[in-house]
Amino acid sequence: MSDATETADGLVTKRFLYVNRKAPHGTVYALEVLEMILVAAMYEQDVHVAFLDDGVFQLRKNQATEELEMKDFSKTYRALEDYGVEKIFLEKESMEERGLTPDDLVIPAATIDRKQMTELMDSMDVVLSA
Amino acid sequence: MHYQLNDQQIEHDEEGYIVDIAQWSEPLAEHIAQSENLAMTSEHWEVISILREYYQEYQIAPAIRVLTKQVAKRLGDGKGSNKYLYELFPYGPAKQACKIAGLPKPTGCV
Repeated sequence: MSDATETADGLVTKRFLYVNRKAPHGTVYALEVLEMILVAAMYEQDVHVAFLDDGVFQLRKNQATEELEMKDFSKTYRALEDYGVEKIFLEKESMEERGLTPDDLVIPAATIDRKQMTELMDSMDVVLSA
Repeated sequence: MHYQLNDQQIEHDEEGYIVDIAQWSEPLAEHIAQSENLAMTSEHWEVISILREYYQEYQIAPAIRVLTKQVAKRLGDGKGSNKYLYELFPYGPAKQACKIAGLPKPTGCV
């Protein structure tokens, strides 16, 4: 566990990891986590985002959401860069099990294996999983 | 609650953000601005159009910091400042400009 750092103006910055494990639609988890990420980024936290299990589908290109009457928020992941969120990770095994490659996804992300994912989680101050 | 635009009623929430983004039009933007005592100029429209394009592209209303950066990139550093944007939209550029642009309130805005 690393120590949280305090900036000059007294704002505490912590290492946050948001773990996405669920498919994008059918539940509100993916969209809610995405909103939490944007808020944390606005408060200048050290934000990390991981996609594993069916969560990797959240980044799938060409989602057709009209018939679900859902907004296609996969486009919003492309705005993460504008919010300064650039530490984005995919779990290699989850990608392989679902036949996905980085080319299938809306944004680039670092592919790491399950063991590295565990290490990443261990190095965080806060881990939120949904 | 709704805005009355000619013979059309356009529903909005308790803070004045329209419910169905597809109902937005330039006359509606003028109407919302007027109800906030704001006279739209070409400088206002520049910002409104950046907001609408950002929403089209990313499906979110940008936070103020992100909007400022976008404005700087598109209209030059002179306009990409909090001061310039607050002069145009005194009730907060993200909040008030988003309302006029027909977008939802920016995520994380309280």
